[in-house]
Amino acid sequence: MSSALARDILDLTLEHLFLVGLSMGIAAALAIPAGILLTRRTFLQRWVLGFANIMQTVPSLALFGFLIPLPFLGGIGKHTAIVALVLYALLPILRNTLTGILNVDPAVRESAVAMGMTGRQLLWEVELPLATRTILAGLRIATVTTIGTATIAAAIGGGGLGVFIFRGLASVDTTLLLAGAVPAALIALAADRGLEWVEHKLSPV
Amino acid sequence: MSPFVSFRQVSARIGQNDILHDLSFNVEAGETLVLLGRSGSGKTTALKMVNGLLLPSAGDVLIEGKPTTAWDLIRLRRRIGYVIQDTGLFPHFTVAANVGLVPRLEGWQPRDIAARAQHLLTQVGLPPAQFATRYPRELSGGQRQRVGIARALAADPPLLLLDEPFGALDPVTRVELQQQFLDLRKGLNKTTLFVTHDVREALLLGTRIGVLHSGRLVFLGGRSEFLESHDKEVQAFHTCLEEKWRGTI
Repeated sequence: MSSALARDILDLTLEHLFLVGLSMGIAAALAIPAGILLTRRTFLQRWVLGFANIMQTVPSLALFGFLIPLPFLGGIGKHTAIVALVLYALLPILRNTLTGILNVDPAVRESAVAMGMTGRQLLWEVELPLATRTILAGLRIATVTTIGTATIAAAIGGGGLGVFIFRGLASVDTTLLLAGAVPAALIALAADRGLEWVEHKLSPV
Repeated sequence: MSPFVSFRQVSARIGQNDILHDLSFNVEAGETLVLLGRSGSGKTTALKMVNGLLLPSAGDVLIEGKPTTAWDLIRLRRRIGYVIQDTGLFPHFTVAANVGLVPRLEGWQPRDIAARAQHLLTQVGLPPAQFATRYPRELSGGQRQRVGIARALAADPPLLLLDEPFGALDPVTRVELQQQFLDLRKGLNKTTLFVTHDVREALLLGTRIGVLHSGRLVFLGGRSEFLESHDKEVQAFHTCLEEKWRGTI
């Protein structure tokens, strides 16, 4: 492997990590609070989950395409890619946050309220700790999926390891294809293992 | 002295169902009033009206003379111990942390919380050295329920609510805990509202017994009045009694 290719792999891997990291950060910051809100405003559940579900069913290449003509969110480049990746990651995090909290044993929740916990104490001391494992599982699914989906970002000038893949496809060059696919797969595996470890460490029971 | 808890023409409607009809009774300070009834008689609903987990759809539940609708419910609940059949122990807290919860919410010093938890665990028969750092999943059903009782007593509340606390236990453990409850009560002088469907438990623990049937209070009185009552529902409970008790009718 030439040193130029090695450097390109490193650069694009870092760019890929940046795309995924930022998207996941934004998605978690949106979806976890939204999931908590949905446990308090049950009438919103259908609408919000419906929206997240639809986002998930749009084929990824098409979603990137749809975003291009949009003002502010769209166009060519990284920010459009990040918007698309965030939209994809919302559903698993949202759904798992909701499920995790709703699955807290009703007797435990009733006791907490009956012992005089405020709504905030109930959330932070009981519901979130007991939902941690489920929420992290959602985050893990979303992250691993996003690492794969992010390769498509290159199609709209978002960069990342997809650059190799698209270039490899265009020139029928297996080395280039592998230069994109192998690091992406390794990142996905590492993220999966790493988040599994965090899940295990942080879960209270 | 005014009654500690007072139900005044309380009705409860959940959805389309009337759970309680025009319920009126008092719980006097220091007594153990047992609400006895079949499943679905409304006894749990009545209990949850006391700590404001449910609010009446008509009438008032007065605690120390003040309706639950006028209480700051957080303040009210921290003065009421609550024990339920499923225990509701926090699975992610140690036994000591479960017991110390209300004192912690009330801002006690950590040293005082630990001392209080140790004292209560000893009182309910769980040596702290052995049990304080365990988690609820590492306990038997009887031990869990002991922790539940210790937790309810933690901040020394004047009022205790117990909803079939021994209902899920094996008969031997149940008798042990009933006995321990009687022993504890001697030293503590708490006002207690106790819900059960077990007539023997009602006779053993209650200073007075109230019988609920389809959301109505069909009987309220002492043990001997209960055994002499001709009310149909009360007599239905008589039939559950052993000969030993029937002889006294």
